[in-house]
Amino acid sequence: MAASHGEAAMRTAPAAPIGRRRSINWTAVTMLAPAVIALLAIGIYPLIRAIDTSFREYVVRTAAQGTPYIGFNNYREVITDGFFWRALGRTGLLFVYAVPIQVVLGVGIAALLTATRWHALAALTRVLLVVPIATTPTVVGLIGRLVYDREFGVINWAIGLVGIGPVSWTGNPQIVLFTLAITDIWQWTPFVALVALAGLTAVPQDIIEASKLETSRWWDTFRHIQIPYLLPGLTAILIIRTADILKLFDTVFVLTRGGPGVSSELVSLYVQRVGFRFFNLGLASAQAILLLIVCIVLSRSYIRLFYREIES
Amino acid sequence: MSQATGQPVVASPSVAASVRSGATHVQRRPSMNLTDVAQAAAIVLLIAFILLPVYWMVSTSLKTTNQTFAVPPALVFTPTFQHYREVFTDTAVPHSLWNSVIVATTATLLAVILGTPAAYALSRFDFRGKADLWFWFISNRFLSPIVVAIPFFLLARDLNLLDTHLALILVYQTFNVPLVIWLCTDQFRLVPREVDEAAMVDGANRWQAFLRLNLPLAAPGIAVSAILCFLFSWNEFLFAFTLTREGTRTAPVEANNFVTDFGIRWGPMMATGTLIVLPVLVFAALVSRHLVRGLTMGAVK
Repeated sequence: MAASHGEAAMRTAPAAPIGRRRSINWTAVTMLAPAVIALLAIGIYPLIRAIDTSFREYVVRTAAQGTPYIGFNNYREVITDGFFWRALGRTGLLFVYAVPIQVVLGVGIAALLTATRWHALAALTRVLLVVPIATTPTVVGLIGRLVYDREFGVINWAIGLVGIGPVSWTGNPQIVLFTLAITDIWQWTPFVALVALAGLTAVPQDIIEASKLETSRWWDTFRHIQIPYLLPGLTAILIIRTADILKLFDTVFVLTRGGPGVSSELVSLYVQRVGFRFFNLGLASAQAILLLIVCIVLSRSYIRLFYREIES
Repeated sequence: MSQATGQPVVASPSVAASVRSGATHVQRRPSMNLTDVAQAAAIVLLIAFILLPVYWMVSTSLKTTNQTFAVPPALVFTPTFQHYREVFTDTAVPHSLWNSVIVATTATLLAVILGTPAAYALSRFDFRGKADLWFWFISNRFLSPIVVAIPFFLLARDLNLLDTHLALILVYQTFNVPLVIWLCTDQFRLVPREVDEAAMVDGANRWQAFLRLNLPLAAPGIAVSAILCFLFSWNEFLFAFTLTREGTRTAPVEANNFVTDFGIRWGPMMATGTLIVLPVLVFAALVSRHLVRGLTMGAVK
């Protein structure tokens, strides 16, 4: 840790009881307290509230007559609710459709941009890569409605030129998850590419030059020299994309509303529907808590992998 | 994938093929070979893939309604601003954009005020429980908003905060404060400790050293984290969708309202989309080199 030297007098343990040899460092406390209190108030308190609600029968329509505790009934209902598990399954399926392609394309783009002699073009592309990432997800959904439209959408027109289609991109339950995957690939491949670029630029140039004396094949250099530099970033991407697809709501909600039927209803859309359409907040809270447990497991593994130096 | 750089210079494709089999490394001169052409084509295709959806939105916002529905699509047309005029005169979009400005700006300022002292303390002090604090800060990156949205909805209802800017500003701190803390801790670590020590020898206390010296020295990094906070707050949808009504709806929620069962007014909808996205893209271009750091909470520099 950076603070391990020089500041013995400043090093304190705010949690330690008074009377120990180390005293409380009030400066550190006053600096940390606002952020910690704010995050407790907006993070932990609602969480406790959600846990409490998840053990109640809490339907907004009947809430005036009381919201009695019903034990684990909500959790039992979630566990046996086929809709919940199918929504989770669709979320997993979207990950499987989208993320491997993002990784392959993203690494390919990064390799192309580092290898090319068109430096100006590569620099321009690097800046443009942020465009899909930064585009408001809601607006991505709106653009999707425009370009995927069955009648006048530009995509059906373009594939019609080569004799395919028209495809009902958002109206066919068999296809709609692929449509979401294509949209996700457009928005997040640049993210993979930028992370991979950061990895590739970290490869010392002299090692690459040396390897070129050994082999003339681009693939050999790539596999043995560059891939090791990419791996940490790629693992980060896998976990972040997992979390982000579990969270994914806005783009899909705007583009398909979860339809047709429930064929594109991801888990966060389903929880939202139970909570804010059926107004069964007890059941939705139980679903949210289960989702939270999944998130915690994921973030634990994430930190194990990437922030080891901080944990130690 | 195509070949790497450092290829020997060749004039024609046939020579390029023979060189690829691997024998000669001669002098380099900047002239074209097949690989270079393929790479240029690939990059141009990539740029088209990135930009076409956004271009299609912007161009549709400038087309007449008839041109929007034209098959084949109208590629050449005279731009019209009629949809923008409509959006500004008879929709709630201007009001929602204003709500977005208020919410995103205030949420950003609050996050910087709360986050920078904490980041400074984390960069300078060691204490027990620091690792747990870190873990808690990062874990917010993985929190699904729907998990927070349900209890926050109940809480906001009880406190009469539904449909207020304040509710959104507060709930946005769940992702903004950890972001500021993460990015700025790195930034303060770059400020030499000698700066603080010299100031404190001269009689300043820690807070003064932080406010007068560290804050200005770390300003570029703080600006980056502020811009990222603004971006994420501006783009947020789920919290705004569940916590606001007519009065404080933000722009993304208002844009979503163009999608109705009775048909979509494509022109005004795309004009609204353009109005939402353009400022974001300007900001994103400013911090393009740091966007990844923000999205990965510093895991990838």
